[in-house]
Amino acid sequence: MLTIAQTIVDAIVAHARLDHPDEACGVVAGPARSDRPERFIPMVNAARSPTFYEFDSTDLLKLYREMDSLDEEPVVIYHSHTATQAYPSRTDISYASEPNAHYVLVSTADEVDVEFRSFRIVDGEVTEEPVEIVTGEVE
Amino acid sequence: MAIEVSIPTILRTYTDGAKSVEATGATLGAVINDLESQFPGIADRLVDAGSLRRFVNIYINDEDVRFLGGIDAEVADGDNVTVLPAVAGGA
Repeated sequence: MLTIAQTIVDAIVAHARLDHPDEACGVVAGPARSDRPERFIPMVNAARSPTFYEFDSTDLLKLYREMDSLDEEPVVIYHSHTATQAYPSRTDISYASEPNAHYVLVSTADEVDVEFRSFRIVDGEVTEEPVEIVTGEVE
Repeated sequence: MAIEVSIPTILRTYTDGAKSVEATGATLGAVINDLESQFPGIADRLVDAGSLRRFVNIYINDEDVRFLGGIDAEVADGDNVTVLPAVAGGA
Protein backbone atom coordinates (compact mmCIF):
# COMPACT_ATOMS: atom_id res chain seq x y z
CA MET A 1 0.00 0.00 0.00
CA LEU A 2 1.07 3.55 -0.70
CA THR A 3 0.44 6.04 2.09
CA ILE A 4 0.82 9.59 0.83
CA ALA A 5 -0.11 13.08 2.01
CA GLN A 6 -2.99 14.91 0.33
CA THR A 7 -0.70 17.91 -0.31
CA ILE A 8 1.70 15.73 -2.33
CA VAL A 9 -1.15 14.09 -4.28
CA ASP A 10 -2.42 17.59 -5.08
CA ALA A 11 1.06 18.69 -6.22
CA ILE A 12 1.41 15.64 -8.52
CA VAL A 13 -2.03 16.22 -10.05
CA ALA A 14 -1.30 19.94 -10.51
CA HIS A 15 1.99 19.10 -12.27
CA ALA A 16 0.21 16.60 -14.55
CA ARG A 17 -2.45 19.19 -15.43
CA LEU A 18 0.16 21.88 -16.06
CA ASP A 19 2.16 19.76 -18.53
CA HIS A 20 -0.92 18.29 -20.26
CA PRO A 21 -1.04 17.28 -23.14
CA ASP A 22 2.61 16.27 -22.62
CA GLU A 23 3.42 13.67 -20.00
CA ALA A 24 4.61 15.03 -16.66
CA CYS A 25 7.06 13.12 -14.45
CA GLY A 26 8.85 13.33 -11.15
CA VAL A 27 9.79 11.74 -7.88
CA VAL A 28 8.73 11.89 -4.27
CA ALA A 29 11.81 11.15 -2.21
CA GLY A 30 11.82 9.94 1.36
CA PRO A 31 14.26 8.67 3.98
CA ALA A 32 15.92 5.42 2.83
CA ARG A 33 13.93 2.30 3.78
CA SER A 34 11.19 4.41 5.43
CA ASP A 35 8.61 3.98 2.64
CA ARG A 36 7.52 7.56 3.42
CA PRO A 37 7.14 9.83 0.38
CA GLU A 38 8.00 13.27 1.75
CA ARG A 39 9.90 15.47 -0.69
CA PHE A 40 8.08 16.33 -3.93
CA ILE A 41 10.51 16.79 -6.84
CA PRO A 42 8.92 17.58 -10.21
CA MET A 43 11.26 16.71 -13.09
CA VAL A 44 11.48 17.99 -16.64
CA ASN A 45 10.24 15.53 -19.25
CA ALA A 46 13.22 15.66 -21.62
CA ALA A 47 11.10 13.92 -24.28
CA ARG A 48 8.40 16.67 -24.11
CA SER A 49 5.96 14.23 -25.58
CA PRO A 50 2.32 13.25 -25.09
CA THR A 51 3.30 9.57 -25.32
CA PHE A 52 6.74 9.34 -23.70
CA TYR A 53 8.67 10.61 -20.72
CA GLU A 54 12.30 10.51 -19.72
CA PHE A 55 14.17 12.37 -17.00
CA ASP A 56 16.93 14.52 -18.49
CA SER A 57 20.20 12.64 -17.93
CA THR A 58 21.98 15.56 -16.22
CA ASP A 59 18.99 16.18 -13.94
CA LEU A 60 18.86 12.46 -13.19
CA LEU A 61 22.46 12.40 -11.98
CA LYS A 62 21.91 15.52 -9.88
CA LEU A 63 18.75 14.02 -8.36
CA TYR A 64 20.44 10.73 -7.40
CA ARG A 65 23.51 12.51 -5.97
CA GLU A 66 21.22 14.72 -3.89
CA MET A 67 19.13 11.80 -2.63
CA ASP A 68 22.31 9.89 -1.81
CA SER A 69 23.74 12.75 0.21
CA LEU A 70 20.45 13.09 2.16
CA ASP A 71 20.17 9.30 2.63
CA GLU A 72 16.94 9.32 0.65
CA GLU A 73 15.52 7.08 -2.02
CA PRO A 74 12.84 7.54 -4.68
CA VAL A 75 9.81 6.30 -2.72
CA VAL A 76 7.42 7.34 -5.48
CA ILE A 77 8.19 7.68 -9.19
CA TYR A 78 5.24 9.33 -10.91
CA HIS A 79 4.24 10.18 -14.45
CA SER A 80 1.09 11.05 -16.29
CA HIS A 81 -0.76 9.50 -19.17
CA THR A 82 -2.60 12.19 -21.04
CA ALA A 83 -4.86 10.24 -23.38
CA THR A 84 -4.99 6.78 -21.81
CA GLN A 85 -5.82 5.29 -18.44
CA ALA A 86 -3.54 5.40 -15.40
CA TYR A 87 -2.13 1.91 -15.90
CA PRO A 88 1.52 1.03 -16.71
CA SER A 89 2.12 0.64 -20.44
CA ARG A 90 4.48 -1.95 -21.92
CA THR A 91 7.09 0.80 -22.20
CA ASP A 92 6.61 1.72 -18.54
CA ILE A 93 7.11 -1.90 -17.53
CA SER A 94 10.17 -2.49 -19.68
CA TYR A 95 12.03 0.56 -18.33
CA ALA A 96 10.96 0.29 -14.68
CA SER A 97 14.21 -0.02 -12.75
CA GLU A 98 13.39 0.75 -9.12
CA PRO A 99 11.93 -2.43 -7.62
CA ASN A 100 11.39 -0.69 -4.27
CA ALA A 101 9.51 2.31 -5.66
CA HIS A 102 5.79 2.93 -5.87
CA TYR A 103 5.06 3.75 -9.51
CA VAL A 104 2.29 6.32 -9.46
CA LEU A 105 0.30 6.86 -12.65
CA VAL A 106 -1.97 9.83 -13.12
CA SER A 107 -4.33 10.14 -16.05
CA THR A 108 -5.39 13.56 -17.25
CA ALA A 109 -7.44 12.05 -20.11
CA ASP A 110 -10.51 13.25 -18.22
CA GLU A 111 -9.77 16.86 -17.32
CA VAL A 112 -12.08 16.97 -14.33
CA ASP A 113 -11.80 13.51 -12.85
CA VAL A 114 -8.04 12.84 -12.71
CA GLU A 115 -7.18 9.19 -12.07
CA PHE A 116 -4.45 8.52 -9.44
CA ARG A 117 -3.22 4.92 -9.05
CA SER A 118 -0.13 3.19 -7.67
CA PHE A 119 1.73 0.07 -8.76
CA ARG A 120 4.75 -2.03 -7.98
CA ILE A 121 6.73 -3.05 -11.04
CA VAL A 122 9.23 -5.83 -10.30
CA ASP A 123 10.87 -8.02 -12.96
CA GLY A 124 8.20 -7.08 -15.47
CA GLU A 125 5.34 -7.94 -13.09
CA VAL A 126 2.79 -5.21 -12.36
CA THR A 127 0.84 -5.25 -9.11
CA GLU A 128 -1.65 -2.53 -8.32
CA GLU A 129 -1.76 -1.46 -4.68
CA PRO A 130 -4.24 0.54 -2.61
CA VAL A 131 -3.50 4.24 -2.05
CA GLU A 132 -4.20 5.76 1.34
CA ILE A 133 -4.32 9.55 1.19
CA VAL A 134 -3.80 11.23 4.53
CA THR A 135 -3.99 14.82 5.64
CA GLY A 136 -0.98 16.21 7.43
CA GLU A 137 2.30 14.35 7.88
CA VAL A 138 2.68 10.73 6.82
CA GLU A 139 3.36 8.62 9.93
CA MET B 1 44.62 1.68 -12.34
CA ALA B 2 41.50 1.92 -10.20
CA ILE B 3 38.24 3.49 -11.20
CA GLU B 4 35.33 3.71 -8.79
CA VAL B 5 32.05 2.56 -10.28
CA SER B 6 28.70 3.40 -8.62
CA ILE B 7 26.18 0.62 -9.11
CA PRO B 8 22.42 1.36 -9.13
CA THR B 9 20.07 -0.59 -6.85
CA ILE B 10 18.73 -2.79 -9.64
CA LEU B 11 22.23 -4.06 -10.59
CA ARG B 12 23.44 -4.68 -7.04
CA THR B 13 22.24 -8.27 -7.33
CA TYR B 14 25.39 -8.75 -9.43
CA THR B 15 27.72 -7.05 -6.93
CA ASP B 16 26.58 -8.79 -3.73
CA GLY B 17 24.74 -5.64 -2.76
CA ALA B 18 27.76 -3.34 -3.14
CA LYS B 19 26.88 0.27 -4.05
CA SER B 20 30.34 0.97 -5.30
CA VAL B 21 33.00 -1.29 -6.80
CA GLU B 22 36.45 -0.84 -8.31
CA ALA B 23 37.42 -1.62 -11.87
CA THR B 24 40.27 -0.97 -14.26
CA GLY B 25 40.54 0.00 -17.90
CA ALA B 26 41.57 2.83 -20.19
CA THR B 27 38.17 3.13 -21.86
CA LEU B 28 34.61 2.69 -20.66
CA GLY B 29 34.39 -0.50 -22.73
CA ALA B 30 37.47 -1.91 -20.97
CA VAL B 31 36.00 -0.97 -17.57
CA ILE B 32 32.78 -2.79 -18.48
CA ASN B 33 34.79 -5.86 -19.54
CA ASP B 34 36.59 -5.79 -16.21
CA LEU B 35 33.25 -5.49 -14.38
CA GLU B 36 31.99 -8.49 -16.35
CA SER B 37 35.01 -10.57 -15.25
CA GLN B 38 34.28 -9.67 -11.62
CA PHE B 39 30.48 -9.79 -11.79
CA PRO B 40 29.39 -12.11 -14.60
CA GLY B 41 26.21 -11.01 -16.35
CA ILE B 42 26.47 -7.31 -15.58
CA ALA B 43 27.83 -6.29 -19.01
CA ASP B 44 24.68 -7.49 -20.75
CA ARG B 45 22.68 -5.02 -18.67
CA LEU B 46 24.85 -2.15 -19.91
CA VAL B 47 25.75 -3.08 -23.46
CA ASP B 48 23.75 -4.46 -26.37
CA ALA B 49 25.48 -5.54 -29.60
CA GLY B 50 28.60 -3.53 -28.81
CA SER B 51 26.85 -0.26 -27.95
CA LEU B 52 25.67 1.18 -24.67
CA ARG B 53 22.03 0.46 -24.01
CA ARG B 54 19.81 3.42 -24.83
CA PHE B 55 18.02 3.44 -21.47
CA VAL B 56 21.06 3.15 -19.23
CA ASN B 57 22.88 6.36 -18.41
CA ILE B 58 26.59 6.18 -17.66
CA TYR B 59 28.57 9.15 -16.44
CA ILE B 60 32.32 9.67 -16.13
CA ASN B 61 32.72 12.03 -13.23
CA ASP B 62 29.68 14.24 -13.90
CA GLU B 63 29.54 13.98 -17.67
CA ASP B 64 27.12 11.79 -19.63
CA VAL B 65 29.35 9.45 -21.68
CA ARG B 66 27.16 10.04 -24.74
CA PHE B 67 29.04 13.33 -25.03
CA LEU B 68 32.42 11.70 -24.41
CA GLY B 69 32.45 9.02 -27.10
CA GLY B 70 30.14 6.43 -25.56
CA ILE B 71 31.71 3.03 -25.02
CA ASP B 72 35.06 4.35 -26.33
CA ALA B 73 35.17 7.22 -23.81
CA GLU B 74 38.53 7.43 -22.09
CA VAL B 75 38.82 6.92 -18.36
CA ALA B 76 41.75 7.59 -16.09
CA ASP B 77 42.88 6.46 -12.68
CA GLY B 78 40.78 8.12 -10.00
CA ASP B 79 37.76 8.77 -12.23
CA ASN B 80 34.28 7.99 -10.99
CA VAL B 81 31.92 6.10 -13.22
CA THR B 82 28.23 6.25 -12.29
CA VAL B 83 25.59 3.95 -13.77
CA LEU B 84 21.95 5.05 -13.56
CA PRO B 85 19.08 3.42 -15.41
CA ALA B 86 16.96 5.97 -17.23
CA VAL B 87 13.72 6.91 -15.56
CA ALA B 88 11.50 6.67 -18.59
CA GLY B 89 8.30 5.23 -19.98
CA GLY B 90 5.23 6.29 -21.79
CA ALA B 91 1.67 5.66 -22.76
